[in-house]
Amino acid sequence: MKPDRVLLVVLAAVAALAVPEALAAGAPVLTEADYPRLAGVNSRIAVWLAAQLHLWFAAFVLAVPIFVFIIEAIGMARRDERYDRLAYEFIKVSITAYSLTAILGGLLLFLLVLLYPHLFQYLAGIFRPSMAWYAVLFFAESALLYVYYYGWHWLQGEFRKWVHLTLGLLLNAVGTTLMFLANAWVTFMMSPAAVDPAGVFSGDTWAAIHNALWNPVNLHRVVANVAFGGSIVGAYAAYRFLSATSAEEKAHYDWMGYTANFIAIAALLPLPFAGYWLTAEIYAYSQQMGITLMGGIFAWLFIIQAVLIGALFLSANYYLWCGMGRSDGAARYYRFVKYLAIVIVGAFLVWFTPHTLVLTNEELKALGGPYHKYLGALGLMPAKNIAVNIMILFTTLSFLMYRRANRVPVVGWVGAGNAALAALFAAGVVNIAALGIYHGYFTNTVYKVASSIPQVLTTLSIIVAAVVIDSLMYRGAREVAPLRWGRVPDRAQYALILLAVAFTWLMGLMGYIRSSLRQHWHVTNVFRDASADAFTPTLGHAANVVSAGALIFMALVVFVFWVSRVSSRHTDAAGYWKKAGAAA
Amino acid sequence: MNAFARVIVFGLAVIAFFAGFSNFGVPQVEPAPPPKEEKLALGQMTMAEFVALGKRVFEGKGTCTLCHNPVGGRAPLLDRVGAVAAERLKDPRYKGEAKTAEDYLYESLVKPSAYVVAGFGKAGTQDAESPMPEVSGGSTRLSEAEIRALIAFLQDWSGVEVTVQIPADTGEAGKAEEKPSQRSPAKDAPEVIAQFGCIACHKIGAMAGGPIGPDLSGIGKIRDAAYLRRAILDPDADIPKGYQRKVMPANYGEQLYAKELEMLVAYLAALK
Repeated sequence: MKPDRVLLVVLAAVAALAVPEALAAGAPVLTEADYPRLAGVNSRIAVWLAAQLHLWFAAFVLAVPIFVFIIEAIGMARRDERYDRLAYEFIKVSITAYSLTAILGGLLLFLLVLLYPHLFQYLAGIFRPSMAWYAVLFFAESALLYVYYYGWHWLQGEFRKWVHLTLGLLLNAVGTTLMFLANAWVTFMMSPAAVDPAGVFSGDTWAAIHNALWNPVNLHRVVANVAFGGSIVGAYAAYRFLSATSAEEKAHYDWMGYTANFIAIAALLPLPFAGYWLTAEIYAYSQQMGITLMGGIFAWLFIIQAVLIGALFLSANYYLWCGMGRSDGAARYYRFVKYLAIVIVGAFLVWFTPHTLVLTNEELKALGGPYHKYLGALGLMPAKNIAVNIMILFTTLSFLMYRRANRVPVVGWVGAGNAALAALFAAGVVNIAALGIYHGYFTNTVYKVASSIPQVLTTLSIIVAAVVIDSLMYRGAREVAPLRWGRVPDRAQYALILLAVAFTWLMGLMGYIRSSLRQHWHVTNVFRDASADAFTPTLGHAANVVSAGALIFMALVVFVFWVSRVSSRHTDAAGYWKKAGAAA
Repeated sequence: MNAFARVIVFGLAVIAFFAGFSNFGVPQVEPAPPPKEEKLALGQMTMAEFVALGKRVFEGKGTCTLCHNPVGGRAPLLDRVGAVAAERLKDPRYKGEAKTAEDYLYESLVKPSAYVVAGFGKAGTQDAESPMPEVSGGSTRLSEAEIRALIAFLQDWSGVEVTVQIPADTGEAGKAEEKPSQRSPAKDAPEVIAQFGCIACHKIGAMAGGPIGPDLSGIGKIRDAAYLRRAILDPDADIPKGYQRKVMPANYGEQLYAKELEMLVAYLAALK
């Protein structure tokens, strides 16, 4: 494409922001010739990578202030300055990432306008009012972030600390609203609202924002962002631990890694439930879309997802088990680790079992069908729901065990409390399994996943009840010995790095499936994609793009971490500068 | 190897493992390309070819098998639907307007909630609402001819007599560019007739036309304006002897401007 044509296309698309009449004609009907091409650039991959990179960084910079706010508040409540220093170190990491997020957002906008001008024009026409708010909020977010970060040491002490914490709250409120606005655009493309079948816009922008999938995606992204942000900071702490040269440094970064991992896991546990809700809403919006997601061309993607989720849960648990080495009282609990490992690996294998096997014709004949006689039942969603709930419950057990490792309870009802906890977990597992088996294998297919909600409620209830009982039981507990931060094997740090890489890759993969569900539509059923790329790529192709994106992201993250470190370094340049007296 | 190099190598290995598993550990399904409009030579088609077209629509563009299959159980199987259609009309839960089995099948495709098979309704609606999309709209967007072919296939599959007539034109549905708001109104009735291709089926005075619809050359002698208006807006309300129902598109009410309709009615009523 010639440069003058590029300029014209960009100008035309931007001009569309001021031409609402263009929407009266509905969604444009395009041909392949309507899509500008850049020599040597695949439009879809270029936009895909820019969008995914922007999203990774945006998730990171939106998540970090959430848990920085929480850590700062904990520090204030406990008057423990370690938390304040930790929170500051977290926000310092995200401040450089903020600039990169904005740059990548600009790149995405430029590529959209350049390569998909008609789509941009159409969406801009519908969301014009919210785009203006987006710009306003972006400036507000920037201002709040800079005051929050640069004012950290200035706003210390009684009243000033409260002012600082309030700034943190505002920063999070503005950041979350920004994300919700952006979510409206992508969810509108999946489940359009306020437009007729020809794409003619009713003029109600709020209805277009508040489309069927907006809230489920909002919730899913908030929770996932926190888990992702925690995992990235955890990887940073792991690297700093591995390269630390003093015991103090190791202790500090061990504590930082533990805290980041705790945040990541705390957000990871409810994430599958947010996913259930999103999937249920996709089915409610369009059964065709739901079936395409779970049982159609994307079915195998969930086997890849199982590998990734398995990696997340196993690495998170492994880190907790390794971390018990910090405690002198942990030996009491080591014998339970193998049982936890067996259950979690078993649950992972169930999740990993495909429903339809990949078979040769001979194997198909020998088996009498595409489903294995016994394992076929494990490939169904009810079995996987049982597995994931049990995996979450046993990860909770790992966490409780870790918490107990260094403490001895002093209350008089320890025996009764432990029995109650054992009964609670046993009853929960039985309930989850019974619900899944009954609904999954003894009712109509339509009700196969009807057990999801009661299973989720069972799991959440057990987690809350167990944490409450355990906290009461260990109130005022005696410490076996002071925790030895830094006394943890190096391999535990690789579990944190695995967690971050798996999270990054998983987000990319799920982003692909969310977007690909539209298949050959820019806006589902309303605005058809007529470009040369209007086909769904194979999983292998998608995985390669996601991997390339993850590599670029990791390289940029290394850059961000490096910049955050060099900003605090000082080089003694004695002899370089003239002395004040000598200059005269 | 220092810590930085070890972390980088480990990270690369993890990404390589995920990419490798995705490329070699799971089957690489090639999703079907976007459906393309099939050029239908309806005039030369035999009924067997028309039924075969319906089968292609059923398995392809119509995406029917996504739900109507024995594995998923998300929608009723259709191998007997042609045979049970007449019984459905007598079911107290039937809310539609069809009078024949063929019309029932048509209605179930374009208004799926007229009758919902027990147990297959949308959750929470007590089988009052079907989760099935209308096949003439949404992402499916079957043309009138494709819907007819689908009905022919379903009747043939059920082992009952195929009552569908092969339509004369495709009657493509869902074309946004045909919306009245997107074209300039015709200046007079002949322009309306030309724009909407009425003479493809009707002979109208000096304008030579096809034999699919009645000859309108002297229609004003036997029909008044009210009848003609209804015949345009609701063509199946009264079918002259020797002609088939559901051949003339029923959506002219949505396509014509009010002024155009009145010009056309007045023009036809004056043909004496």
